[in-house]
Amino acid sequence: MTVNPLEVPPDPAAPFQPRSGQRGTGFLTGPLRLGTTPSATVGPYLAIGLTWPDGVYAAAEGTPGGIWIRGRVFDGNGDVVPDAMVETWQADPDGGFASPEDPRGASTHPGFRGYARAQTLSGEFEVFTLKPGRVPDGEGGLQAPHVDVSVFARGLLDRVVTRIYFADEAEANAEDVVLQGLPEDRRETLLATPTDDGYRFDVYLQGDRETVFFAV
Amino acid sequence: MTGTTPTAPPPGLHLPRYVREEAAARTPVAFPDYRSTGLRAPLRTPVDLPHRLTEVTGPVLGEDRVLPTDADLTWRNGGEAIGQRILVYGRVLDSDGRAVPGALVEVWQANASGRYRHVVDNWPAPLDPHFDGLGRVVTDSLGRYEFMTIKPGAYPWGNHHNAWRPAHIHFSLFGRAFTQRLVTQMYFPDDPLFGQDPIYNAIPPAARYRAVSRYSLDRTQDNWALAFEWDIVLRGTDQTPFETEDDGDVA
Ligand SMILES: [Fe+3]
Repeated sequence: MTVNPLEVPPDPAAPFQPRSGQRGTGFLTGPLRLGTTPSATVGPYLAIGLTWPDGVYAAAEGTPGGIWIRGRVFDGNGDVVPDAMVETWQADPDGGFASPEDPRGASTHPGFRGYARAQTLSGEFEVFTLKPGRVPDGEGGLQAPHVDVSVFARGLLDRVVTRIYFADEAEANAEDVVLQGLPEDRRETLLATPTDDGYRFDVYLQGDRETVFFAV
Repeated sequence: MTGTTPTAPPPGLHLPRYVREEAAARTPVAFPDYRSTGLRAPLRTPVDLPHRLTEVTGPVLGEDRVLPTDADLTWRNGGEAIGQRILVYGRVLDSDGRAVPGALVEVWQANASGRYRHVVDNWPAPLDPHFDGLGRVVTDSLGRYEFMTIKPGAYPWGNHHNAWRPAHIHFSLFGRAFTQRLVTQMYFPDDPLFGQDPIYNAIPPAARYRAVSRYSLDRTQDNWALAFEWDIVLRGTDQTPFETEDDGDVA
């Protein structure tokens, strides 16, 4: 018996059922969700687009009580990374944020922006700011004073995020849910140490002392 | 203390939770073919950080950081930049589809010959005295941005033999919250250099199209400039309602 390839059997009486898609209903049931734009490295030339004359000042120059946070960024060889950008974001000394997204209302601490951007061209970054106050942790307690940090560089396809805590805040640090959630031997990578005019905080991208980085 | 923020922990603080794109659609921090990631990308798995006040707030950076000339990169030092003039435009949205108005967008790029105005870039292609490669714009009330520039050239880099970066413009955006911070690169459609570029190919295949602009005849300007449209999507919030038990405090 010969098969005639043109003799196609009739379609079933019932509509086809989708294997992986779905039939149109005319009703919009799913949530609207757009795919986010993928990140990319800042590359070696970030100084062109991201240099601000007042970048390092989270608090206006000369603000009383201001501190300098300085540090270096190290790669896996222990070499200083000279083409990184470090950004900081933090609460003011009263624990408020200069942001309308703070549900308690934007803080208005005079001269305080809370955000700084610094490059490591000289070998280290430096940020002028005020020491942050404590912020509610949402679990009935207060977080220890901390600064959220983003590090960008050639060789990092996305920013890496860490937090600065302060070594001289032992009591608050002992109550902080984020710090206490970390293995004890890794907490110290987040502790800035006091200096003459502020604190020092070095970032280790890799190695035995690799800084704790966070997925946000 | 002179601030006006209440210091007592407010009861029932409800904070947005920013959705994190699944790993299969996110650029990894490290990608072996991009050699510089080898000594720089952290090797340990990052620790999950629940979103609290510090993560759901962010700086307000707007018009005061932008000069009127920052939106047109084609005229610098009293002269016209060399190259194909292009209009680059689009909207900044979050993944809920909401416009992000008043957002600072910072861009930088190579000139038409593929050279950056930077001391580290010294490959033999000419600098253009009328092009510095820096642009800044603030999105309008609908989240729209646009700037006029010239099409950047491809440029070689030492990653592998005959390595050339596809033409691209670097973008930096803030959004409303620390979680929304984004630094990325915009590409042009159908670039023949995509295939050998590890920075482009580090993007998971399903998400690559989101980094590529679209040619727009609609916005192309007669006798003046080609137009490319590129929408930028920042992380949005988890809109699904969740149970609020007794105190409902999720800050
Ligand atoms: Fe580039």
